[in-house]
Amino acid sequence: MSTATLATPVATAAEEPAATSPPVPENCKTVGRVTADGALLIARGVNVFYGEKQAITEVSIDIARNQVLAMIGPSGCGKSTFLRCLNRMNDTIEGARVTGSIVLEGQDIYDKHQDVVQLRARVGMVFQKPNPFPKSIYENVAYGPRIHGLAADRVELDEIVHTSLQRAGLWDEVKDRLTSPGTSLSGGQQQRLCIARTIAVNPEVILMDEPCSALDPIATARIEDLIDELRESYAIAIVTHSMQQAARVSQRTAYFHLGDLIEVGETDRIFTNPRHKLTEDYITGRFG
Amino acid sequence: MNRSIAETRARVERSLKRRRWAERRFQAYGLGAVLLGVGFVAIMFSSLISQGWSAFRQAYVTLEVFYDPEIIDPDGTRKPEDLAIADYAALIRNSLKAKFPGVEGRAATKQLAGLVSGSAAQELQRRVVATPSLIGQKQTLVVLTSDTVDQLLKGRIDRTLEEENRTISDQQIRWADQWVRDGQLSLRFNQRFFTNGDSREPEQAGVWGAIVGSIYTLGVTLLLSFPIGIAAAIYLEEFARRNRWTDLIEVNINNLAAVPSIVFGLLGLAMFLNFFGMPRSAPLVGGLVLTLLTLPTIIIASRAALKAVPPSIREAALGMGASRIQTVMHHVLPMAMPGMLTGTIIGMARALGETAPLLMIGMVAFIVDVPKGLTDPATVLPVQVFLWAGSPERAFLERTSAAILVLLAFLVLMNATAVVLRNRFERRW
Ligand SMILES: Nc1ncnc2c1ncn2[C@@H]1O[C@H](COP(=O)(O)OP(=O)(O)OP(=O)(O)O)[C@@H](O)[C@H]1O
Ligand SMILES: [Mg+2]
Repeated sequence: MSTATLATPVATAAEEPAATSPPVPENCKTVGRVTADGALLIARGVNVFYGEKQAITEVSIDIARNQVLAMIGPSGCGKSTFLRCLNRMNDTIEGARVTGSIVLEGQDIYDKHQDVVQLRARVGMVFQKPNPFPKSIYENVAYGPRIHGLAADRVELDEIVHTSLQRAGLWDEVKDRLTSPGTSLSGGQQQRLCIARTIAVNPEVILMDEPCSALDPIATARIEDLIDELRESYAIAIVTHSMQQAARVSQRTAYFHLGDLIEVGETDRIFTNPRHKLTEDYITGRFG
Repeated sequence: MNRSIAETRARVERSLKRRRWAERRFQAYGLGAVLLGVGFVAIMFSSLISQGWSAFRQAYVTLEVFYDPEIIDPDGTRKPEDLAIADYAALIRNSLKAKFPGVEGRAATKQLAGLVSGSAAQELQRRVVATPSLIGQKQTLVVLTSDTVDQLLKGRIDRTLEEENRTISDQQIRWADQWVRDGQLSLRFNQRFFTNGDSREPEQAGVWGAIVGSIYTLGVTLLLSFPIGIAAAIYLEEFARRNRWTDLIEVNINNLAAVPSIVFGLLGLAMFLNFFGMPRSAPLVGGLVLTLLTLPTIIIASRAALKAVPPSIREAALGMGASRIQTVMHHVLPMAMPGMLTGTIIGMARALGETAPLLMIGMVAFIVDVPKGLTDPATVLPVQVFLWAGSPERAFLERTSAAILVLLAFLVLMNATAVVLRNRFERRW
């Protein structure tokens, strides 16, 4: 690891800005290239406040198609907070305030004309704890297509449920018990059910907040395989505490520290050659 | 911290003994409390049943009646108007005199007539108007006795008392005993108790008027308080931003739940009767007043039920792109429904037993007719109990207990329905 680069963080704006991305604010202190080719969801200068307390400071980053972005960092550094900004789940928290801009295909998602319902159909989310609805497996997957009117008839709905469960790698395990409750599945199966539920509405971006933290290594491996497959069709952002997992599933990695986005880069590069001191400390286990 | 393992074990051992003892003592307290409660309920029920059971049977006497044309229709016109106003009590008197010959004079005749309920004459009138061809014939009829004969037959009158301290005279007792010897007097199922409205005559008084009044009143209450209560709870819990206004509303709702019920009666009197000019004694107004009374209970219970729904379910639904109202309707409400129904049961049970606020809006009036609509004058079961409990006649005493039994049966029926409904919803996954 080169120690020379640690002292002099390089502003990303100086590096080649991608043609499609808006400029990165001058005050961005993030090391590495925050822009990405094929950027779909673009955050610029995002701040989040919980009441008076600032949880996220001036974060700018792109989330691109066919790519997995891993977000790592010590507990409480604001990874979940940032992730929840991306589909406005923070709206539900009283006292939460977001400034800056987050743009999905040219449309600012915090614009007052933005329909939150439509946004969340385009930007799906998988939570840390599996949270299937207290309904049948079938109903869990069919719920999204139903409320968004994606299926014209029962046949089409069956088809969507089938393919979603298949893509989530759950079909063979549940095909004979579609009417049994979603909560009767094991933890790993429940999490795959939640992923199936999310991809059933065919979103463009999938956000995952520590999707494997409650799972054993085998279930984790299955979900990691699944994430790798889903990358073909979606832009994915995943929060994880496991650096091995970040290394296995992601192409880009972002390191957060106390509400700041410290460093972004190719996953291989970040793990072999971190440029910022804090990143290095974290991935070498000296911190957090 | 260098205590030896042996000593630690010994300490734990000692504390264990203490804990086990405390646990057993606490269990004993709990069991004692339960037994005490069950005991009181048993005492209440046995006293109610022993006092009220006899009201479900009533004394009837078999009489030989001659439909005397001279009395019913002396002119022989057979006009229904004339038949309706004839002196049917005289027919009963004549029948009694035929049974007990030698009764002369006004006082003795009055005593004799006092053996039979006033409803017997009405019964004769009804029959003659329906079939005028009865006139001139003889018929054997089973008619109600007066309440005093009924009480005598049920052994509720002390024969050893001085005559002037009894409601029945020595002579009347002798006549009644004669009936018993001749097999004319019998106790039969008291159907009128379940089909009649209130009456000044105990033997004719029934609870049906009060039951119908209660059904109308509680129907109005349920129809208003359940949807309003749940809508208010959902709004406050799921949609309203927390600010000074919602805090104020919350404090007020909690306080309203503790307001004495008669205050709601005064409010109903001032608002519904005096301001809006609604009819007095009407189930509609009673229902409105009880709605005010039950709303706080239902709102508080419903909010607690909504709070108990795990936030992860809301997040899951919102994350799928469900709107807030869809999240509530599809996921939160079904999960909160059992708790909401519990609150509604408690509220409705309280409303069913309320008397005080209904007194204020005139539901305490003496009403004979069974109400036919929401604006007819009516009374409700607990008020009926209250009215009968205040009546001097001996026979109203057993009716009071019987009416309480009916009220309790009503309550059990209502709660059972709600529990069945709740268990439907409680099909938790
Ligand atoms: N609802 C909230 N209200 C107030 N402060 C909050 C809220 N949620 C999070 N915070 C604060 O914001 C900061 C970032 O929290 P966040 O949950 O984003 O951390 P995280 O990086 O996801 O941590 P972890 O890895 O433990 O999940 C923390 O200091 C936290 O205390
Ligand atoms: Mg988190």
